[in-house]
Amino acid sequence: MNIFTILISTIFVNNYVFAQFLGICPFLGVSNKTETATGMGIAVTFVVTLSSVITYVVHHQILARFGLEYLQTIVFILVIASLVQLVEMFLKKSSPGLYNALGVYLPLITTNCIVLGVAILNIDKEYNIIQTIFNALGASIGFAIALLLMAGIREKFEFSNIPKPLQGFPISLITAGLMSIAFLGFSGLV
Amino acid sequence: MKLSKVFFNGLIKENTIFVQVIGMCALLAVTTSAINGLAMGIAVIAVTVGSNLVISILRKVIPDKIRIPAFIVVIATFVTVVEMFMKAYTPDLYKALGIFIPLIVVNCMILGRAEAFASKNGVIPSIVDGLGMGLGYTLAAVTLGVIRELIGAGSIFGFQIFGAGFEPALIFIMPPGAFIILGILMGLFNHLRRKQEKAGEKEEVLDEYIYNID
Repeated sequence: MNIFTILISTIFVNNYVFAQFLGICPFLGVSNKTETATGMGIAVTFVVTLSSVITYVVHHQILARFGLEYLQTIVFILVIASLVQLVEMFLKKSSPGLYNALGVYLPLITTNCIVLGVAILNIDKEYNIIQTIFNALGASIGFAIALLLMAGIREKFEFSNIPKPLQGFPISLITAGLMSIAFLGFSGLV
Repeated sequence: MKLSKVFFNGLIKENTIFVQVIGMCALLAVTTSAINGLAMGIAVIAVTVGSNLVISILRKVIPDKIRIPAFIVVIATFVTVVEMFMKAYTPDLYKALGIFIPLIVVNCMILGRAEAFASKNGVIPSIVDGLGMGLGYTLAAVTLGVIRELIGAGSIFGFQIFGAGFEPALIFIMPPGAFIILGILMGLFNHLRRKQEKAGEKEEVLDEYIYNID
C-alpha cells in the first residue's frame, strides 16, 4: 500500500475515532473548547508518531529477535508511559511555553487508547517503517480533525435548548453518531 | 464499609459507563452483538478483579512514587493472561474482539480502581469492588450489544427474534449506531436518576413534615 493511500485512508475513510473507536475518552473529555482541542490534537500527533517509531524498532529488533512477541502488550505500554514522561520532562526544560500549552494533556495521553492501538495495528498490519510513520501521522491527524469538529459543534451547544437528561455526554454521543454517518460518505474513496 | 455497598456502588451508583463515562472505546467497538459484549465484559471482570487483588496485596510494598507504572505492569500482565487464554480456548471470540483485548490495558476504569480503591483497601473489599465495577461494565456492554444486535440483525445472542419479513437496520451494527444508541441509553439513565433523586427529595421533605407534626 502506498503512503498516500494510507494517509487518506486513516484520516477520512477509516478515521480512528469514527470508524475504529480509538481515542473516545479524550474525544469526549477535552472537546469542550476549540482551544483545548487544538492543544490535545498537537500533543497526540507528537506522541503517537514518536511512539509508533519506537515500538516498531523495539518489536522488530528486540521482541521478534528473541521470540518474545507475547510480551507485546506489557512492553508497549511501558515504552509509551516512559516516553510520555520523557517528553514531559524534556518540554519542561527546553520550552516552557510549549509545556504550558501542552503539559496538562501529556499525562492523559498514556491512557489514550489511540497511542497503544496504533502501535499494535502497525505491527499487526506488517507495515514497514515508512508506512508506520505515515499510518501514525494519518491516525493522529484524523483524531485531531475529529476533535476540532466536535469542539466546534459543542461550543454551539451552550446556546441551544437541549432536553435536560440529554445534556452533556448523551447529546455529544448522538452528535458523534451523526458525524460518524457523515464520515461513512468517504467509504469507497480508497 | 459494608461489602454489599461496595458491590452496588460499582454496579449502579458509580457505573463506569453511564455515570463516570470512562472506558468507552472498547465498549463501543465490540458491542456489535450481545455475545461479543458479554465476552468483553467477562474479560474486563477478570482483569479488574485480578489486578485489584494483586495491587491490594502489594499496596504496602509498592513505593508511592512509582505506583502508577507498577499498577500498569500488573494490569498488563493480567491482560496478557486473558489474551492468551482466549486465543487458546475461544479463537472465534478472540478474532471478533481483536485489538480491543490488548487495549483493556488502557481502559481508564481499571487503573482508576487500582488507584482509588485497591491501593487503599484490604484484599476482600478490593475483590468485591473489582467484581462490582466489572459487572457494571458488563451490564452496559450486554445492554448495548442486545439492542444493537436486535435492531441491526434481528436476533439476540444469535437467535432470530423477528420473522423473515423483518428488514434489519444495518446502520446500528455499524459505528454510528453505537454512538447513537449509547447516547440515548445514557440519556434514559440520566432521566431515571433525576426522577429518583427528585422522589428522594420529596420523601425527605415529607419525612421532615411528619417529624415536625409529631
